[in-house]
Amino acid sequence: MTESLTRAGVEVRLEGLRREYGAVTALDGLDLTIEPGEFIALLGPSGCGKTTALRLLAGLEDADGGRVVVGGKDVTGLPTNKRDMGMVFQAYSLFPHMTARQNVAFGLRLRKVGEAERNRRAGEMLELVGLSAQADRYAHQMSGGQQQRVALARALAIQPTVLLLDEPLSALDAKVRASLRDEIRRVQLEVGITTLFVTHDQEEALAVADRVGVMNAGRLEQLGAPTEVYGQPATPFVAEFVGLSNRLPATVSGSKADVLGASLPTVAASVSGPGVALVRPEAVDLVAVDSAGSDDPLTGSIVAVSFLGAVTRITVDLGTHGKVLAQMPTSQAAGFSTGDRARLTFRPAPILVVKA
Amino acid sequence: MTSTVGVPAGQSTRTGRRFSLSWLGVVPFFAYVGLFLLLPTGLVVIQAFGTPEGQPTLSNIRALGESYVLTAFWRSIQLSFATAAIGAIFGALLAYLVVSGPADGLLRRTVTAVAGVLAQFGGVTLAFAFMVSVGNQGLVTLLLQDTGISVSGGWLYELSGLIVVYLYFQIPLMVLVFLPALDGVKPQWREATESLGGSTWAYWRHVAAPLLAPPFMGAFLLLFANAFAAYATAAALISQGGIIIPLQIRAAMTSETVLGQENVAKALALGMVIVVAVAMALYSWMQRRSARWLQ
Repeated sequence: MTESLTRAGVEVRLEGLRREYGAVTALDGLDLTIEPGEFIALLGPSGCGKTTALRLLAGLEDADGGRVVVGGKDVTGLPTNKRDMGMVFQAYSLFPHMTARQNVAFGLRLRKVGEAERNRRAGEMLELVGLSAQADRYAHQMSGGQQQRVALARALAIQPTVLLLDEPLSALDAKVRASLRDEIRRVQLEVGITTLFVTHDQEEALAVADRVGVMNAGRLEQLGAPTEVYGQPATPFVAEFVGLSNRLPATVSGSKADVLGASLPTVAASVSGPGVALVRPEAVDLVAVDSAGSDDPLTGSIVAVSFLGAVTRITVDLGTHGKVLAQMPTSQAAGFSTGDRARLTFRPAPILVVKA
Repeated sequence: MTSTVGVPAGQSTRTGRRFSLSWLGVVPFFAYVGLFLLLPTGLVVIQAFGTPEGQPTLSNIRALGESYVLTAFWRSIQLSFATAAIGAIFGALLAYLVVSGPADGLLRRTVTAVAGVLAQFGGVTLAFAFMVSVGNQGLVTLLLQDTGISVSGGWLYELSGLIVVYLYFQIPLMVLVFLPALDGVKPQWREATESLGGSTWAYWRHVAAPLLAPPFMGAFLLLFANAFAAYATAAALISQGGIIIPLQIRAAMTSETVLGQENVAKALALGMVIVVAVAMALYSWMQRRSARWLQ
């Protein structure tokens, strides 16, 4: 890794950002601080405001209220070309009449860097993303994954203060998406640049980000480490949107919840009294039970066994309490098959209990 | 006994092509093109090198060097170039205005519908419309004369008149031809340029202009060929003489004072075919070049 590519990240603050499109509020007072060199993923469904937030940060749209502060400097009124931010778009953003090298060198050309120097730096960036051999190819001669890597190299070539990634993997097939996702993270760590990554794919967000912000209806529902967002969802929306959740009747008393007779710790945002516990499938274990007709509410019949490769998902019918998903390593699930009786046990991870 | 390695017993090694009848669907089209385009073109080429009696001669081709023919060619080129240039510029501006609005907006729907009609509006109808409005006895001309302004509609029957009239279908044609190219310009390219530090000028200079230049030049050539080959509008406006090549061909074919000029007309037509073919070949090359950029 060449020394010239690394740089200290800067802090980015979005303060009370608002954006409205007619009667629709796309962003409803968003507050978000990205630490220097941090990689934050904004995750949410279509129309939640995550792309709007990124575009306001880039200066591609004007905010109706709030401020954008980068490295301590208010850039809210600055146009995009004065903000010094590199951006990777969803797709089709490479200039089709330029080669990969010319694309990467374009930002340097705009900065009037000499041809020899910009070609050297473009070559360095293409090496960083593993595309030195494709330097003289045009966009239509490269795969979608290669094009996005060139776009990443182009965004980084100008040594921006902030890197913005607007769903850069969504147009790629699953295998390329996974490898490029890791590639982006590797490059970001090497360069040390403050990064905002927008995606609707929870797996992507959880896999690469230092912190994940889950957005809904223009607001940030939860911001935290991937394990925290997944394991301790702060709101029903986060619990429903990130990963799968079983919905089981529960009664909360203090910091504990009674879930069908089992006592489980709760997260702070839980309601007190009766409610619905949101329990992850992987927090549910199964124990084989011989006897039929037990009135234990945690015992039921296995109605489906889904092999998913490394893990297996088993559906247990609890009768009046509905069906529960349990997910476990495939080796552990080998003893269960459809029609078997099984009893549920829960791992003692904190759960969220919401209003019924 | 011989055996075929790798082929299970009982299976044929033959992977021969199956006879397909799907090509039959295009037979009427090719028959039409052959009968009404290729055959007449071939006859024009052959007969340009022959006398009316069928004897080979170069005298028809030599007639292409006569001053009146060269003048007509020059006027045709002037007319085509002027209407293609003006049509391309104004048509491109109008098309840009259209793509700047919503994709399914009223402006776009209206302009494309009107352009679709006007691009095919040439001929007697168009000539008549101009004659009754700004011709010698046209409504506008007479109204202006009534108010004491001394105007004449004579300009309409000269080269300048043809330029104005031809623009009536050239500009809409440009809109139709250039719209797909403008649609192919991705908004991400402008945003990428801006995020890399480029201004609007930098975007147009380094990105949009190089990308749009081939389709623009291609459309210009198409408009040039369109005007060069147009006949009916000019013929309806100008009943005598041959200020441009298509009218010169008419004169050679129908002249009652100079007989036996039919094959000279075919030599003139051959000259037109060559000019139009060169323009269309360049157009096709430019379209192919930009097609992979602006998909």
